[in-house]
Amino acid sequence: MTVAVPLLPSQQLAALNDAYRAAMMRKRIRFTVASAVFAAALMIAAIGAEVSPGTFVAKIGNFVSYFDRIATLESGARVWSDIGEWFWGWRKWLALLGETILISYVGTLAGAILAFALNFLAAENTAPAPWLRFTVKRLMEFCRTVPDIVFALIFVIAFGLGPMAGVLAIMIHSVGALGKLYSEIVENIDMKPVEGVRSTGASWVSCMRFAVVPQVAAGFASYTLLRFEINVRGASVIGFVGAGGIGQELVVAIRKFYYSDVSAILLMIVVTVFVIDIGTGWVRGRLFGKDARA
Amino acid sequence: MSLLPPPERERLRSQYPEVFARPASARLATPAMILGAAAIFLFGLVDLDFSPARLLAGFHQLGWITMMMIPPDPGSSLPAYLVALGETLSIALLGTTIGALVALPISLLAARNIVPSGIFRFPVRRFLDSIRGVDTLIWALVWINVVGLGPFAGVLAIAVSDFGAFGKLFSEAIETADRKQVEGIRASGGSALHEIRFGLMPQVLPVIAGQVLYFIESNTRSATIIGIVGAGGIGLQLAEQIRVLEWQKVSFLILMILVAVAAIDWISSKLRFAIIGRRAVA
Repeated sequence: MTVAVPLLPSQQLAALNDAYRAAMMRKRIRFTVASAVFAAALMIAAIGAEVSPGTFVAKIGNFVSYFDRIATLESGARVWSDIGEWFWGWRKWLALLGETILISYVGTLAGAILAFALNFLAAENTAPAPWLRFTVKRLMEFCRTVPDIVFALIFVIAFGLGPMAGVLAIMIHSVGALGKLYSEIVENIDMKPVEGVRSTGASWVSCMRFAVVPQVAAGFASYTLLRFEINVRGASVIGFVGAGGIGQELVVAIRKFYYSDVSAILLMIVVTVFVIDIGTGWVRGRLFGKDARA
Repeated sequence: MSLLPPPERERLRSQYPEVFARPASARLATPAMILGAAAIFLFGLVDLDFSPARLLAGFHQLGWITMMMIPPDPGSSLPAYLVALGETLSIALLGTTIGALVALPISLLAARNIVPSGIFRFPVRRFLDSIRGVDTLIWALVWINVVGLGPFAGVLAIAVSDFGAFGKLFSEAIETADRKQVEGIRASGGSALHEIRFGLMPQVLPVIAGQVLYFIESNTRSATIIGIVGAGGIGLQLAEQIRVLEWQKVSFLILMILVAVAAIDWISSKLRFAIIGRRAVA
């Protein structure tokens, strides 16, 4: 069935067409200006970062051959032809990996406990006083913005070389990151139970304990597990500055060109991170249902 | 409030035994988990050489360091620090852009609605996973071996690790795109490339732009630390000043980083709102 669509009178059509073209033109001009600004920013950045395509082209072969070299034993054979030789230091490396996981575990848990204590002071609906909320929020922001490896650098000087500096650095960073997420959960709770508890004459602490915590515990645990996952990655490189874990061994291997060691340690780190990811994903799935796994 | 009469209670008790007599395993699960977590925690403290004496001495030292940091003072190196900060921002911007540009075509290969065959998709996805499994700092060390010390190594390190992350995020964005527009292009006789260009890209580009901006923001933080291993930017200055115990300069550098990160946060959230609207960001 055909239906004849009546055309608009040409005058009206011309006006509409003009308006359409003008709108498209505005959009195009805006897009062109934005891309020009972006391209200019990139050019300035390229000069600032000493980008040299020449070096890149000349040295890209090194990058490819680097992977060839780390897959080769000192004898010239491929690494997988002699697993025993490739993973010659596996006892030491496994112990260091264990230390790495332990660092992130202790750091995450200690950070989570502190963040738990602080977050009720930072959430809009539970903060006892505005000035306290402001202070705690700024404190968390500071902990979160300074990277954990910078804390580690300073702590290594204050506490001496070793895993303790790493644990404290990860703890401080986790307080900032978890505190923010926790207080966001608290801000989204249903306030009726809090009012109910308060109407019985309960103190602020009791209100938190009996009205807020039951609502937020699952969310807190889920975020803490995620943080643990992130911290395992963080702890694997925190040894670069001498704060314990496998990172120290890796940085030595890379700097001293022990090629097959680099690939062996990297492989162990990647597998560990992968296993931890799957493990925490599984735990989250078991605790909070399938949708929390993503 | 009065209790229920005893017969009623008995009836409920026999009707819902699982409520009144929870099995010991269910009742003990939570305390056992807490106990186990605490036990590992204590073991960790012992194994990692924690001791009250060391902690106390360390905090004493830390307090002293903090005192030394006040007031923050760049000395005569302010221009050098500003250049280093510019370098850091350049590394973040360039690294993220390069990573995104390279990831876009690869992410098409990892998206289910473009490459339906798992045989091709699977290796691409595992490839992206393994790139993401290696930290930016490690990539920085590798690139330093390849192109030498300096910010260029940092750009490449950020580009590579972002490539892994973007590949995954973009392919997820592409998979959630609406099929109808693609089908519309096909119905009007468009080729596969037309389908991607006119059916998919208009849907996913705003999402991708939002993610790229977010990564520029978070890479500003990463770019501050890759200098610690020698890949340029403000981290290099920071690590050096910490090593020579120039605490006033250290605190000034940390302040600079905080201000720069806050500024980038602010700019990029404004831009994100402009590109994809307020609702999609939250």
